[in-house]
Amino acid sequence: MSTEALRAERIVKTFGHVTALAGVSMHVARGEMLGILGDNGAGKSTLMKILTGFHQPSSGQVFVNGAPVTLASVDRARALGIECVYQDLALINGLSIYHNLFLNRELLRPGPFRLLDHRAMRERARAALADIGVNIPSVDLEVGQLSGGQRQAIAVARAVASDARILLLDEPLAAMGAREAGLIIDLIERLKSRGDIAIVMIAHNYAQTLEICDRVMLMQHGEVTYESRAAETSAAELLEIVRREYRAARAG
Amino acid sequence: MSAAATAGGLRGRLREFLLRPEASVIVVAVVLVIYFQFANVNFLTNANLQTLSQFIATPVIIACGEIMLLICREIDLSVGQVFALAPFVMERAHDWGLPVPLAMAVALAVSGGVGFVIGLITLRLRVPSFITTLGMLFLITGLTLTISRGFPADTPGGKLLTNLMGNWGYAEICWAFAVVALMHIVLRHTRWGLHTIATGGNAIAAAEAGIDIDRIRMGNFILTSTLGGFAGLLEAFRIGSTDPLAGGSNIMFLGVASGVIGGTAIAGGAGTIIGGLVGGIVLGVLQDGFTLQGINAFTFDIIIGAAILLAMVANIHLARLRGGAR
Ligand SMILES: Nc1ncnc2c1ncn2[C@@H]1O[C@H](COP(=O)(O)OP(=O)(O)OP(=O)(O)O)[C@@H](O)[C@H]1O
Ligand SMILES: [Mg+2]
Repeated sequence: MSTEALRAERIVKTFGHVTALAGVSMHVARGEMLGILGDNGAGKSTLMKILTGFHQPSSGQVFVNGAPVTLASVDRARALGIECVYQDLALINGLSIYHNLFLNRELLRPGPFRLLDHRAMRERARAALADIGVNIPSVDLEVGQLSGGQRQAIAVARAVASDARILLLDEPLAAMGAREAGLIIDLIERLKSRGDIAIVMIAHNYAQTLEICDRVMLMQHGEVTYESRAAETSAAELLEIVRREYRAARAG
Repeated sequence: MSAAATAGGLRGRLREFLLRPEASVIVVAVVLVIYFQFANVNFLTNANLQTLSQFIATPVIIACGEIMLLICREIDLSVGQVFALAPFVMERAHDWGLPVPLAMAVALAVSGGVGFVIGLITLRLRVPSFITTLGMLFLITGLTLTISRGFPADTPGGKLLTNLMGNWGYAEICWAFAVVALMHIVLRHTRWGLHTIATGGNAIAAAEAGIDIDRIRMGNFILTSTLGGFAGLLEAFRIGSTDPLAGGSNIMFLGVASGVIGGTAIAGGAGTIIGGLVGGIVLGVLQDGFTLQGINAFTFDIIIGAAILLAMVANIHLARLRGGAR
């Protein structure tokens, strides 16, 4: 198929004596969208956080554009074009919307003092939100005053506005109403149709995930238990696999 | 533009001002000044304004550091001890043959070094800064007593430098204003300030956004200690000598109280430097005003304590009201 953007091989991650990831491999190509499904506590978010440089893997290797990389920090992953919408959204409630949208990549005024360019950030934030079509009264509002869905929209807008090459979405639709979810899905499909962005999305809605993703991956107890092209499987089949694995785990 | 629109604009501005966390304290400060001026003819005189400015300067400079630390959910209880340590370091460095400006630089570096050690212990060994700096408080008191052998030290320096650094009546407050202006810009208009707020508001989110939260905390520990040392040097130049037990917890608490009265959240994530300045002014006006009234020293502390409590309670409730008003 097309060129590979991101690959992870045999990723293991332990926290003390908890094994969150027991050797997970995944890959996603440019223009492709991978969906990750699976139980609570399966290790999906942990995998994401390794791909963003937030966690360091206990073992395993990550490749970006085919080259082995060490994602030693979030900044390093970002420099490689990896952006993420975290499950907890990574927003600062006490800061304004526009400050959150530009958190840690603030626009600065020209000159030696490196002062923040509040006006430019406000304007660009307004434009970015209008672009998505999300209803936000003012970019000066504190994020803490927004609804759950609005907060999620801000987090998605932040990742998208940053010109990501590899976009990681950890349950980006979880708190959204139907209209907003529709907007975000539209946005994702628009990004996909550009053909140069690789997208990984974690979700819990099987039917919806199969509809928007090209490929899906099932994660359970820190392992990948199933992988398929979206067109070649169904929600019923995936649910059956989940049940079977669950029964096997309980019996074994 | 119609007159009504202008009036609405003005009212809007006034409303905007009153909704700022500093606003209520500014009102309190003005009311206090008016009260003491009427109650005591000597309040707004040059001589008293000098005294007042000296009451205010030290807590305000210390508040600037503590506010940054409170915003990122840390505190420094030992800054009042660094205040006393710095002049002795300067005096020793001068004894060893360094010119006074260089000796001052050494003193500031040592002060900053204390912050660095606090940061290392707090961040590496994961000890809450409340505990780290409580230990540091005793440690530095001992250090200063050892260096000084228990005797006060005369402040070195020529006339010009001495006047500039604090001996001229308004020098200290000018420095305090300069520190306030600088720190206000740092907090509101630089990445450092924004990342400090982000670190205190939600440390995990800040780290997920790629902010090096330990670097932010470390920097603010160093900043606070350095400012504490700087305030100590100013006081040494003003008085001409330093007692090894100068400063102490009292000025540290005045600094923290200034910040909190000014609207800095003790739970982190929000704060204002300008509020700290006004908070410091309120405390200074109270102390100075009651001193002029000739109030008995014992009652004095009761009144100051009650006033601090009142101001803090008022501010916490006003902050809640503001949150609800939006
Ligand atoms: N920082 C951490 N420290 C210790 N354990 C952790 C940490 N992060 C995750 N874990 C553990 O790793 C396992 C996987 O967690 P993870 O958040 O990756 O699950 P998930 O698949 O995203 O679940 P969900 O669908 O509920 O979001 C869990 O058992 C969790 O307790
Ligand atoms: Mg998760």
